[in-house]
Amino acid sequence: MSDTDTDAGLSGAPGDLTQELIDTATWTDQQITAAGIPMVDVPIVSVGGGLGSLALVDYLRIAGVPVQDIAVLTPNKRPSETYEFLANNSQIPRHERLRSDSGSVMDNIWGFPSYALREAWNEKGLKNKIFPVWQVTTEPILAEYYTPKSGQVYESVDRETARIGWTQMLRPGQVRMVRRRAGGGFLTILTPPPGSTQTRRVAYRSRFVHLSLGYPGVRFLDDLRSYRERSGDHRRVVNSYEPHPHVYEELARRPCTVVVRGSGIVASRVLQRLLDDNDAGRTQTTVVHLFRNYVNGPQGESITFRRPGTGGFAYQAFNYPKAAWGGQFRNQLLELNGDARSDFIDTTGGTNTAPRKDWRVQLERAGSIGTYQQRVGQVSSVEPTEDGFRVRTEVQDKTGASFSVDADFIIDATGLEASIRSNRVLADLVDVSGAQTNPKGRLETLPTFEVVGTRSEPGRLYASGSSTLGSTYAPVDSFLGLQYSAQQIAFDLGAMGAVPKLGPLRSAKEWFRWMQNRPPS
Amino acid sequence: MTPTLFGRIQTRLFMVFTFGLVWSIVILPVLPRPAGASLGDVAGDVLTALVGVALLGVIWELVYHGFQQIRWEKDWPSLFGLLTGINEGLLLFVVLDMPLSTFLVHFTTTWIVIWLALHGPMRVLFLRWRFRGGRLV
Repeated sequence: MSDTDTDAGLSGAPGDLTQELIDTATWTDQQITAAGIPMVDVPIVSVGGGLGSLALVDYLRIAGVPVQDIAVLTPNKRPSETYEFLANNSQIPRHERLRSDSGSVMDNIWGFPSYALREAWNEKGLKNKIFPVWQVTTEPILAEYYTPKSGQVYESVDRETARIGWTQMLRPGQVRMVRRRAGGGFLTILTPPPGSTQTRRVAYRSRFVHLSLGYPGVRFLDDLRSYRERSGDHRRVVNSYEPHPHVYEELARRPCTVVVRGSGIVASRVLQRLLDDNDAGRTQTTVVHLFRNYVNGPQGESITFRRPGTGGFAYQAFNYPKAAWGGQFRNQLLELNGDARSDFIDTTGGTNTAPRKDWRVQLERAGSIGTYQQRVGQVSSVEPTEDGFRVRTEVQDKTGASFSVDADFIIDATGLEASIRSNRVLADLVDVSGAQTNPKGRLETLPTFEVVGTRSEPGRLYASGSSTLGSTYAPVDSFLGLQYSAQQIAFDLGAMGAVPKLGPLRSAKEWFRWMQNRPPS
Repeated sequence: MTPTLFGRIQTRLFMVFTFGLVWSIVILPVLPRPAGASLGDVAGDVLTALVGVALLGVIWELVYHGFQQIRWEKDWPSLFGLLTGINEGLLLFVVLDMPLSTFLVHFTTTWIVIWLALHGPMRVLFLRWRFRGGRLV
C-alpha cells in the first residue's frame, strides 16, 4: 500500500539517482547510463502489483501479449495481498462476504461464470447449490444481492495469476519515480530489495506505463489524528483498516465502551463484529455510534434521483448505484466537467452502506437493550480522561448542547487516505512531469485512463484505481471498475496497434481456454 | 448488464435476430403444429412472432426505461428481464393470429434462450457490451 522506500535517493551507492536526474524532468538514456543505473527494455510496465495491475495484465495476456513484453513492478508477491490485509483488518475474514457484485469477477475479464454460479458449482448439497443461483436470479427483488465470500475471490485470483504467468512478469521492489524519456516513452526507476541487484536502482525503459498504486495509507478524522499525534496513543484510537485485534481481545476480558465513527460499509462491518461478539457471549461491550451527519430518510428531492436511507445510514447495494459501472450514470459522468462532475460523484457515492437485513435486525436488537447507542453531533475535542485510562469525546449537537462520551476505544471507520500527495510517485508525476489533477485533487484521466499532461509520444502513461477518482468514471476502486479501466486501456493500446485487438472470436477462444485453466495462447 | 435506452433497443434487436432466430430454426420441426398446417405455415408464424417481439419490443423498451428511472440504482434486475416475458407474450399473442400451443412453446423457449444468452454468451463474445449499457455499436 505505501511506498516504504524511505531513502530520498542520493545514497552514493553504485547505480543510484543523481541530483542531476532528480532535477531533470525528461531524462536521456545517456543520463541513466552515466549514473550507472542499468536499463531494462520492456514495452509495458505496470506499477503496483495489486488488483489494478492484475486487471490490466490479465486483459493484455488474454489479448495475446507475451509475458516478456510486460513487467509488473511491485513489492507484493500476490495481487490480492494488500486487499486481503485491508479486508482482514476491517473484519472481513475469508469466510465473510464482500460488498461486490456476482459478475464483478476479478479473475475473469468476461464476468462469466459469475461468483454465484461458481459457488453453486463448488458447494455440496442441493440446497447449497441452488441458493446462490436463486439469489443471483432474483436479486434484489426477492432476495438480497448475492455477494461473494472474500476467500473465493482470493483463491480464484491466485488461480488466474498462475494461469497467466504472473510470477514471470514480476520485478520485485519499490518504484521510486517515473519520468518522461527523451525520444519517447518513459523511464521507471525501481529500487529492488537490498542485495538482490548490484546497483541500488534499476531503470525500466518502456513505451507504456500503467500506475495502479492503491491507497497510500489509512485516513483519520482530524480530531482523532490530532489526538494520536498529541498523546502518542495508538492503542485506544484506531483505524478500522489498520490491524487492531488488541481491541477485540481486551473487549473479551472486561466490559468496555467503544465509540465507532463513520457510517459507511466499514462501520457496518465493525459494528457487526462488535455485536456478534456480544451476541455470542464473548463480550459485554457497549457500542456508541457517533454520527456527524444522520440520515433519517431518503436522500434527494426528485422521484427519479432519490437514494433510500433511514436510521442514520444511506443505503445502496454497492458503493455507487449499479448504473455507474456501465449504465446511464456512466454516460452522464462522461458528459460532466469540473465541480459538476465532482458533485455528481459525491451524490451517487459518498458515505453509504449495504441494506443487509441481518445488520438492521442486529442493530435494532442491540439498540433495544442499550448495547448499541446512536449519538449525533460535531466532535469538539478528543482527550484522555482524568484517570488516563479512557478517551473522552466532547460533542456538540445541533442545538448547541454538549455531551461527552468516555470510551475504552475509538474505532475510526471513515476510510483510507486517497490523497495523491501522500504517494511520492504520484506527487512527482504532478510536480515534475505535468500530470494534471481533477476537481477531487486526484489524477485527471481521459476516458481511456491516460493521465492528462503526461503524453510522451509514442508512449502513454495510464492510471487506474483510487488515484483517478474525480475523472470520468466514478467506481474506480471496485473490482469491476478496475476491469473497466483495464478494458479501456487495452482498447486504447489496441487502437494504436501496440497490442493485439481482442475481438469476439479471440475472446470466445480465450474464454474456453480460461474454462479449461489453460494459459492464454 | 445495466441497460441504457439505446443499449436496450440495440440488444433487443440483435438478440431476436441472432439467438432468437437460430433457436427458432432449431425448434421449428418439433413445435406443435395444428392439423393441416405445414412446416412452412409454422415457419411463417414463427418469423412473424420474432418480428413482433422486435418491433413491439422497441415500444416496451421505452416503457421499461421509464420505469427504470424511478429506481435509484438505474438498473434492470435479471428477474425483470425474465418476468417481462409475461406481459410481452400476452400482448403479442393478442396481436398475432397464431395457434396457442405453437405460440406458447416457441415464445417461452425463445424468451428463456435469449435471457440465458444475455447472462453468459453475450459477455464472452462482446467484451465492451456490459460496460456500454448494452450498446453493440
